[in-house]
Amino acid sequence: MTLTEKLLARAAGKASVQAGDNIWVNADVLMTHDVCGPGTIGVFKREFGKTAKVWDRNRVVIIPDHYIFTADSLSNRNVDILRDFAREQGLPYFYDVIDDPSGAWKFDAAKGNLKRQFGSNYAGVCHAALPAKGHTRPGEVLFGTDSHTCMAGAFNEFATGIGNTDAGFVMGTGKLLIKVPETMRFRLEGKLQPGVMAKDIILHIIGEIGFDGATYRAMQFDGSGIATLSMDDRMTIANMAIEAGGKNGIFPFDARTAEYVNARTGLNGTKQSYEPVEADADQKFVYETVVDLSKLEPTVACHPDPGQRKTAKELSHLKLDRAYVGSCTGGKTSDFVEFARVLRGKKVVIDTFGVPATPDIVRDLQSTRWGHQTIWQILEEAGVRMTENAGCAACLGGPVDTFGRMNQGGLKCISATNRNFPGRMGSKESEVYLASPATVAASALTGRVTDPREYVGN
Amino acid sequence: MSKFTGPVYVVRDNIDTDQIIPAQFLNLVPTIAEEYEKLGSYALNGLPNALYPVRFVKDGAMDTEFPIVIAGRNFGCGSSREHAPIALGAANCECVVAESFARIYFRNCIATGEVYPIECPERLCDIFKTGDLAEVDIDAGTIRHVATGKVYSLKPLGEVRPVIDAGGIFDYARKNGMMPKAA
Repeated sequence: MTLTEKLLARAAGKASVQAGDNIWVNADVLMTHDVCGPGTIGVFKREFGKTAKVWDRNRVVIIPDHYIFTADSLSNRNVDILRDFAREQGLPYFYDVIDDPSGAWKFDAAKGNLKRQFGSNYAGVCHAALPAKGHTRPGEVLFGTDSHTCMAGAFNEFATGIGNTDAGFVMGTGKLLIKVPETMRFRLEGKLQPGVMAKDIILHIIGEIGFDGATYRAMQFDGSGIATLSMDDRMTIANMAIEAGGKNGIFPFDARTAEYVNARTGLNGTKQSYEPVEADADQKFVYETVVDLSKLEPTVACHPDPGQRKTAKELSHLKLDRAYVGSCTGGKTSDFVEFARVLRGKKVVIDTFGVPATPDIVRDLQSTRWGHQTIWQILEEAGVRMTENAGCAACLGGPVDTFGRMNQGGLKCISATNRNFPGRMGSKESEVYLASPATVAASALTGRVTDPREYVGN
Repeated sequence: MSKFTGPVYVVRDNIDTDQIIPAQFLNLVPTIAEEYEKLGSYALNGLPNALYPVRFVKDGAMDTEFPIVIAGRNFGCGSSREHAPIALGAANCECVVAESFARIYFRNCIATGEVYPIECPERLCDIFKTGDLAEVDIDAGTIRHVATGKVYSLKPLGEVRPVIDAGGIFDYARKNGMMPKAA
């Protein structure tokens, strides 16, 4: 069995499963957020009753992160719905925006977008917060009401996005009926060249198989090149399995996984024990390919879908209006480090936005010094508009007052986020080009798509 | 219901969930009745105007005049937002006939019972034009282009059909004794 098959067999209490089997699996964690949480709670109450209790209060994790820093009253109300539910159910893992459990959330637009407006429990973008707060463990099954839930596959677990109705079902029963996907194998070999990042690996792969090339399938990333990738790198890659239509992305377990997970589980009272899965020697794949990491170049996915692959060099004629670094896939500390490495001591020539995924990342960037300056200061001095209000922000457009949203048609934005369908970051007449934080940085310096190796050297 | 007749609305490949229901409207909660209806008024509102000059739901209307959507490959790709099949269902769309569907969208159609996601091996988005009359017969597994009289075969819905017929997974589970009756 492949990693995914093995994990699902275990979660179903079966000795073995094969692709195509419909099986009931036990969920280890169910995650929801402010966009899909209120609807999930609505389904749960409608179907299980107004006084029903969730199946296991330690396993339901609620992370407001999408439409938080907006004056839109319905969005603020949705955070309040989550708070009421968390209080009523006694959920220990609700990462509220404010500290007062009986308060109401209201964003104060008069204070502006840049300065922190959240309390001490707020955790930021759910997919980055889950591992940071100790909710991802090897060998487990994670369901989330968000398509990028697949990011947690970096930790050797089965993680996938589901809708509100399925999530309402999991909330009440702890189980879900799923079909075992076929597995596609991507064997990563070698090591990335300087200036080339994990984002380039996944953009290359999606370009190779197409935007629907992994529909209904698991994407297994293994091979000797994995050892060269940090956990952040693996998260960047697993995050975008969905952009090829994949059900999940998954990595093998190794010492790096253990180090990351062991340092974070338990901190928050989360479960510390786990049992990783290893693939069998006779695992079967529906597709197999080798990716030589040393041959990859800075890669861009052009408007209007993540499969429109070009190298950054090929696009050097393309003029841009905006640059953006942020989101689950592209707003981690390591992403901002590469962003800053290229921008240090220089000035951006187009509007450039930086949105860290979590408050912890804000703290990292504001406390890590390169010489006499913090990374945060280096970015600000380069002209990047950095916000402390960590969250999903303009990655998915959101309400019109969202920081970094493209409210005008005709704009072209290069972005370290994960999706570029029409209207993704705001106006449906705007265009998004996906690239690594290094490529976004180099492009922000020139105002056109730029290979970052011109700045970091070969 | 097994037969739907009416004008079709035709879209191309890779219509993602942002085009089906733009993210700015995700502040609406589908389980709140009036917000459910409002979601319907924004169905397919994210399609670029230049490519889709005829709107799926007219400005100011709550429902669509197109009960059948015809699409190319990978309809519903992108986010896991259940608002997407719900917006179509709330607009009174009955079914989407596509060359292929994205996984989560397909599953959300079944779980909610909002619209029938039906696959057709033929590339109907090259054959039908928005406004053409069509007849979909789910029992017979066909779609007929009324003006030309041509009939195209649909892939069978198989085991997902009774779930949608029942109105979604919870209703299906109750009907079949898998869950206690109403909570």
